[in-house]
Amino acid sequence: MKVSKRILWTAAIVLAMLTAGCAGGGTNQGTNDKQAEQTPAGGGISGSIVALGSTALQPLVNEAAKQFMVKNPQAQIQVQGGGSGTGLSQVASGGAQIGNSDIFAEEKSGIDATVLKDHKVAVVGIAAVANKDVGVDNLTKQQLIGIFTGKITNWKEVGGADQKIVLVNRPKSSGTRATFFTYGLDKNEEKEGITEDANGTVKKIISETKGAIGYLAFSYFDDTIKPLSLDGVAPSKENVLDNKFPIWAYEHMYTKGDALDLSKAFLDYMVSEEVQKNLVPQMGYIPVTEMKVERDAKGNITNKQ
Amino acid sequence: MQHVPKEQDRFKRHHLEELTGKTFAYVSIAILLVALVAITYFIASKGLSTFFKNDVNLFNFLFGTEWSPEGDMGKPSFGAFPFIFGSFAVTVLAALISAPLGIGAAIFMNEIAPAWGQKVLQPVIELLVGIPSVVYGFVGLSLVVPFMRERFEGVGFGLASGMVVLSVMILPTITSVALDSLKALPIKLKEASFALGATRWQTISKVLVPAALPGLLTGVVLGMTRAFGEALAVQMVIGNSQKLPESLFDSTSTLTSVLTLEMGNTIAGSAHSNALWSLALILLVMSFVFILLIRFLGRRGQTHER
Repeated sequence: MKVSKRILWTAAIVLAMLTAGCAGGGTNQGTNDKQAEQTPAGGGISGSIVALGSTALQPLVNEAAKQFMVKNPQAQIQVQGGGSGTGLSQVASGGAQIGNSDIFAEEKSGIDATVLKDHKVAVVGIAAVANKDVGVDNLTKQQLIGIFTGKITNWKEVGGADQKIVLVNRPKSSGTRATFFTYGLDKNEEKEGITEDANGTVKKIISETKGAIGYLAFSYFDDTIKPLSLDGVAPSKENVLDNKFPIWAYEHMYTKGDALDLSKAFLDYMVSEEVQKNLVPQMGYIPVTEMKVERDAKGNITNKQ
Repeated sequence: MQHVPKEQDRFKRHHLEELTGKTFAYVSIAILLVALVAITYFIASKGLSTFFKNDVNLFNFLFGTEWSPEGDMGKPSFGAFPFIFGSFAVTVLAALISAPLGIGAAIFMNEIAPAWGQKVLQPVIELLVGIPSVVYGFVGLSLVVPFMRERFEGVGFGLASGMVVLSVMILPTITSVALDSLKALPIKLKEASFALGATRWQTISKVLVPAALPGLLTGVVLGMTRAFGEALAVQMVIGNSQKLPESLFDSTSTLTSVLTLEMGNTIAGSAHSNALWSLALILLVMSFVFILLIRFLGRRGQTHER
């Protein structure tokens, strides 16, 4: 009797675990929604939310969430990656309370941007970056477009070394690429080249490959690669603030409708002095509160105030 | 008081055990079947909506060479041929390197130096299986790519690098399956061959290898199945250019590398996302084809024995 009982129990436990695992995946989103709507019982902020999406924004949100949770021990903020597309579609479908994105929801087809509320929390600058030995520091926009569309194939054509140009691109769906494509290449489709998603890999390839050019967020700049000026304007924080250097993008955190409770408290924290003055520059982003210009989803620039 | 097991008791216990075992087995099989059907249905329904909902022409999808799913320049186009070609090319090339090496190693371990072959080589080859593919990818990125860049034309990222990395990854699969099929051969084959005065080389090449051929081919196909579905390591070294390669050292994409690069940034339900599901469907169909091929080879092996 003993042996068979043990087998029975094992089977029962395995089955229970399996069904629990299956059910868990399905009901997760439901419980998160409910918890998010709970109002704090007595003082302090409580509840639990999920913020997911853009991997470019993930480190900043992650760090901010950690600090936020230290201040509000009752609050639970889960930060995940998954990509801007995932962030936008998950927040629109209610799967997450906050969707992180590198691009405006209006720019992405298949998303109903009217139900989403935009919260801009930081700015990233993106610049063309070349191998150190190409002998060029500055490109005009025409030269940049010529290089990426494949009309210019040797660095000597733009006054550099006699070296073949090797393009390092991002996948068609990447948020970094969308920004560079719109504001760097004026929507001229780039020629096919090596395609890598991760900033780290792109940097490694550019630093090791002769004649390579690609594009990176400012936070990845170091002396293994050479960031290129555009029309004589250096890619720096100061030049982004007044749009002298035009290739930059907002980091967005979207909520479905107005942000409530914990989501609101956390988003307020993201744009507070504390985060914008310390954490944002520390992590290599540009504070959105310091921007002197504003840009809308169509790319129109207006001066602030 | 001591319990004396009666005949009836034992009989009952026996039946209960039988029932428990059976229930467990059937439940496991049911879960497996449901999972398999669900996965197939899920991928097929999403992958096919590219053609039914987004009105992409199947022929253009399979044989078109222009991949611009976001439609940067006017109309979006969904030509997946470069990726399909890339997947097949890198798989076949890896198998071309690995098959002779793996089968050779198996012959060595079983026929030529069984003693130290199995004591030293087998653990080494089994070790290769345990290494995560991201490690292979990183080794490829740090060693193979710079090597290719210095020795050959191009930038190092390309078919050739993918081929080298993949061939190391599938080597253990091919070797261990080949070894098993050589071990399974009846000893009388070898003895008969030696009795006829054949040399060891003649015995291996004319008797043992042909007799074990279905098993050896199964190993190669299994290796190719792994190569075809491998994503991470290949993505790190192949360069992922979304075009047909011009040479062995030119960069190209595979189905899996496009999937991993683009999936996160697409919106579920959009044409782009559906097109990626269609790529996944192609991968699924191809793994079915590989499995059918293995079944077919196995059956051929059985008739061969008779």
